[in-house]
Amino acid sequence: MVAIEQDRKVTQLKTAAMTETTDTPTEHHVDLAVPGYHGQEVELGRETVGNVRCDNAFMVAENVNVYYGDNHAIRDVTLEIGKKQVVALIGPSGCGKSTFLRCLNRMNDTIETARVTGNILLDGTDIYSKQQDPVALRARVGIVFQKPNPFPKSIYDNVAYGPRIHGLAGDRSELDGIVHSSLERAGLLKEVKDRLEEPGTSLSGGQQQRLCIARTIAVNPEVILMDEPCSALDPIATARIEDLMDELCEDYAIVIVTHSMQQAARVSRRVAYFHLGYLVEVDDTDKVFTNPQHKLTEDYITGRIG
Amino acid sequence: MSTELTTRQKVEAGLARRRRKEFTFRLVGMFATAVGILFLVIFFATLLGKGSSAFSQTFLQLNVEFNEDVLAPNGELDLIYADFDGLIRTALLNELPDVSGRGERRELYRLVSIGAGYQIQEMIAQNSELMGTTQSIWVPVSANVDMLMKGNIDASLDESLRPLSDWQIGWINKLDQAGRLDKKFNTALFTNGDSREPELAGIKGATMGSFFMLVVTIALSFPIGVAAAIYLEEFAPKNRWSDLIEVNINNLAAVPSIVFGLLGLAVFINWMALPRSAPLVGGLVLTLLTLPVIIIASRAAIKAVPPSIREAALGLGASQMQVVFHHVLPLAMPGMLTGAIIGMSRALGESAPLLMIGMIAFVVDVPGSFTDPSTALPVQIYLWADSPERAFAERTSAAIIVLLGFLLLMNLTAVIIRKRMERKW
Amino acid sequence: MQSTTLILLLGFFSIGAFYLGRGHSLSLVGGPGKGMALHSLPGYYGYFVAIWVVLPALTLLLGWVLIEPKIVTALVVSGLPDSYQSLSAGELNLLVNNIRNLASGDVVSIAIDENLRGAADSFNDYLAKSRQLLAVLVIGLAALGGAFAWRKIHPDLRARNKVEGVVRWALIGASSIAVFTTIGIVLSVLFEALMFFQKVPATEFLFGTTWSPQTAIRADQVGSSGSFGAVPLFAGTMLITGIAMFVSVPVGLMTAIYLAEYSTSRIRGIAKPLLEILAGIPTVVYGFFAALTVAPWVRKAGESAGFEVASESALAAGLVMGIMIIPLVSSLTDDAINAVPASMRDGALGLGSTRSETMTKVIIPAALPGIVGGILLAVSRAIGETMIVVMAAGLAANLTANPFEAVTTVTVQIVTLLVGDQEFDSAKTLAAFALGLMLFVVTLILNVIGLHVVRKYREQYE
Repeated sequence: MVAIEQDRKVTQLKTAAMTETTDTPTEHHVDLAVPGYHGQEVELGRETVGNVRCDNAFMVAENVNVYYGDNHAIRDVTLEIGKKQVVALIGPSGCGKSTFLRCLNRMNDTIETARVTGNILLDGTDIYSKQQDPVALRARVGIVFQKPNPFPKSIYDNVAYGPRIHGLAGDRSELDGIVHSSLERAGLLKEVKDRLEEPGTSLSGGQQQRLCIARTIAVNPEVILMDEPCSALDPIATARIEDLMDELCEDYAIVIVTHSMQQAARVSRRVAYFHLGYLVEVDDTDKVFTNPQHKLTEDYITGRIG
Repeated sequence: MSTELTTRQKVEAGLARRRRKEFTFRLVGMFATAVGILFLVIFFATLLGKGSSAFSQTFLQLNVEFNEDVLAPNGELDLIYADFDGLIRTALLNELPDVSGRGERRELYRLVSIGAGYQIQEMIAQNSELMGTTQSIWVPVSANVDMLMKGNIDASLDESLRPLSDWQIGWINKLDQAGRLDKKFNTALFTNGDSREPELAGIKGATMGSFFMLVVTIALSFPIGVAAAIYLEEFAPKNRWSDLIEVNINNLAAVPSIVFGLLGLAVFINWMALPRSAPLVGGLVLTLLTLPVIIIASRAAIKAVPPSIREAALGLGASQMQVVFHHVLPLAMPGMLTGAIIGMSRALGESAPLLMIGMIAFVVDVPGSFTDPSTALPVQIYLWADSPERAFAERTSAAIIVLLGFLLLMNLTAVIIRKRMERKW
Repeated sequence: MQSTTLILLLGFFSIGAFYLGRGHSLSLVGGPGKGMALHSLPGYYGYFVAIWVVLPALTLLLGWVLIEPKIVTALVVSGLPDSYQSLSAGELNLLVNNIRNLASGDVVSIAIDENLRGAADSFNDYLAKSRQLLAVLVIGLAALGGAFAWRKIHPDLRARNKVEGVVRWALIGASSIAVFTTIGIVLSVLFEALMFFQKVPATEFLFGTTWSPQTAIRADQVGSSGSFGAVPLFAGTMLITGIAMFVSVPVGLMTAIYLAEYSTSRIRGIAKPLLEILAGIPTVVYGFFAALTVAPWVRKAGESAGFEVASESALAAGLVMGIMIIPLVSSLTDDAINAVPASMRDGALGLGSTRSETMTKVIIPAALPGIVGGILLAVSRAIGETMIVVMAAGLAANLTANPFEAVTTVTVQIVTLLVGDQEFDSAKTLAAFALGLMLFVVTLILNVIGLHVVRKYREQYE
């Protein structure tokens, strides 16, 4: 770990106005006291409680720090994500869980002032290395957003978009096959089979979100990131998406950000609890929810946050 | 299965091609952005290159004798019919005594601007004690001499291809070597009205015309525009009539300006019988033209005032009218002023509608009131741009520089007002 | 008395009336300390009186000034000897103009005889009498209004409501001016155009292919009729507009895309104000630049490439007009791109699109209605643009699609027909209004559609 610290790469995303940041190496290695819930000071260790490692790790984040300009949003986070595993990121609003998620497929590149340091390895290769094209990375690590965002195109074109830009289908019939199987796996095919040419925006919210999932899996990614995918949906649509996640984790590693602890308990194998940019605790889901090790985690899951 | 490419391989196979496309697209975008900016640079460079020389003007030093016999042929100073030009001619001949023959002399006289005579007239009118004395004075030379001195006429060309004869060029060189020719700041450009003689033509008349017009425009369009914006934002019920007004204003803002000129011609001149070429009419037309701009800007400024302020005042028992005039209007004023200044700068640069209402006339006198015939600065530019003389091209550029200077000043004021009085809610 | 003097006088009256009215209202309830007994604040009683002093008097003044010339002229004409009464309307108009000029001491275009001198004198006479009468009436009306309001003042008078009512009507009036302007444009252009179509059939105007509006002064001259087939004008307008759009649409579009997607905020901070400067340059300046710099350059470039180029080619005017419109296209495109929700961009990037794919395959298609609406507005701007074409495009009404030839446009012809000496009611002058009608109608349609599309499009994502 020390070795990684020393040859930590600084990934400067855009050379814009924010060249000056207070990136003193010591800053986030000292133990810090942060304000906890209900005003009491809670000791926040530099080391994450629980077990950040896992068997057959597929995606590894080591000592990741994220800055938005001068704002230090993610502090020294280390986390492994295994194959065929759902990892849930939980924590109060603004704790950095979405920011961390967006680091995993370099969506933060699109924010001019964002800067990421540390290493994130996908199947052994550094995704922030110079050789890595974010375009190719995002084909391997797909993302589903909080609000369903189908393109203003037909349902078919929405799903076919990824395969088209990446040149995955040789001909029209192959493309049809990809579209159908993706919709099928997203559990949407039955509902939209006869209206593939209708605009994607004509679907209901839950259907739109499943369309977005179908759109993501049409590229056949290896990891799927989900940023609160159900927060804009009603309970029935949410249940369908959760079922879908269960099925999808047969093939993909899934990282999901959620505000609902029930959802985290239902769908995930492991849970990571974030607080003010720190990764406080990571462990198997049952362990975290039945016997949290850290005071902050306990406060959060017992609902003492109000 | 082994021959099948994996998704990852397929993606990576296409990457190079896609990166190239991305690069090209980005390059095209950069180029497009550069086109506009490049034009701006070329434009200003040409303008400054052509126009800066017009701010100086060549003058000739002459020893003029204020001869009593010429100035007061009947024993009394005759300011109207005295042969002022004759005094200049005599002085010129004294300078170059070896010029003889009528043809030669006539060519010699053409070196000096006809403005020189007026200069003598003015001097003696202001100070009659000059009578009988000999004064060394600087008089303007004719435009062609000025152009030669500025290097805009090529003396090496064949005589028939240039407006100055070999003799004339010889005399000019002689005078130049004697130190009698000098470039001075061209005050005439700023103090004179239009003239057929380039060296006497100035932009004061046009500037005053523009000034009078803008006074009319601001006096009418600002109060009316603000009142209309207040009504539409604060009082208008949501009905057909307000919808109609709304659509109307947006459309009027996009109606070609020349159509407003037609309106001015038909309504103000033919129907109301207002005088042609008058800044008053020009101001009225520009008022109608800028009104939509001011209304739209004022409405945006009113919209930016948060409703909480209105509610607070209403809650204290103020009438709606009091809320608007005591609270909303002062808070929206910076935005409205900015909009008004931008509207005015648009009005100042407008010329097409003014051509319709006769503000294109050749006006020598500087207008002194709202009904005097006059032109406007942009129209003066148009008139001069049409003149074939080389010297006018230079003056056109100078007038453009002055016009752009005014516009820049107005826009800067608008920016400063916006920055100074900007409020964060 | 001059009307400006009268207006100033009314201004003073109104200030006086304000203080008198305010004082009177207070004195009715027993002094400044007792203002609470009044229905409204004392100032409103002052405004109430001031309004009654100014409003009726000012209305009279404006109405008088508007109709005065007509009445005085009629009186003068009726006083002329019979020989003048039989003149045609046009000749009479000229005569009246001369009388007016003579009366005001201006240059007169015909020989001055006794009758004319007498008419001018009586013109001045009538005018002076009218002004005296006006002054008396205006001051009288102001006093009357003031007295009326004074008597109305009573502690229970709802002065604030009355004043606010007047202000409200004033506001409505101000906002209606826009509508009246449109009506004024339509009526003034339409009437003259209809008169034109009585002289020249509308079909000839719309479909004729020869434009030579020079009507002869004497009826027996050869080619006196003139021909008013406006097709070459429409074609020329379209050619130049086409060239302008050919330049401005791709450049403006790509500029907006580059600034929105690729450029750093620093470059954007420099480039956007520069483009705004480009948009703020007066069109007459563009015209000067087109005629003196671009046209010779186009000619040289064209000739070195083996084309025959007219000195006032459509290309030069179109190019410069295109550059003028770039900022308009790019700012409207920028608006349209910004209206597309950021989630669309995230979605496309999240699937692994490159930035250019995100733009061309997702954002631009989504923004297309807004962009098209903006382009319609830009076309309307190009069609109505006057100074650039007047200075750089020329007068030759050629029916051609060759951008190197000289063409003329609708706006150029309007200016040419109306600038300089004109006899009113001649087909030549009226033709300008017919062209103006065409211009207004076409740009209005483009604007209405463009604005509607842009607005609908914005609402779609709001």
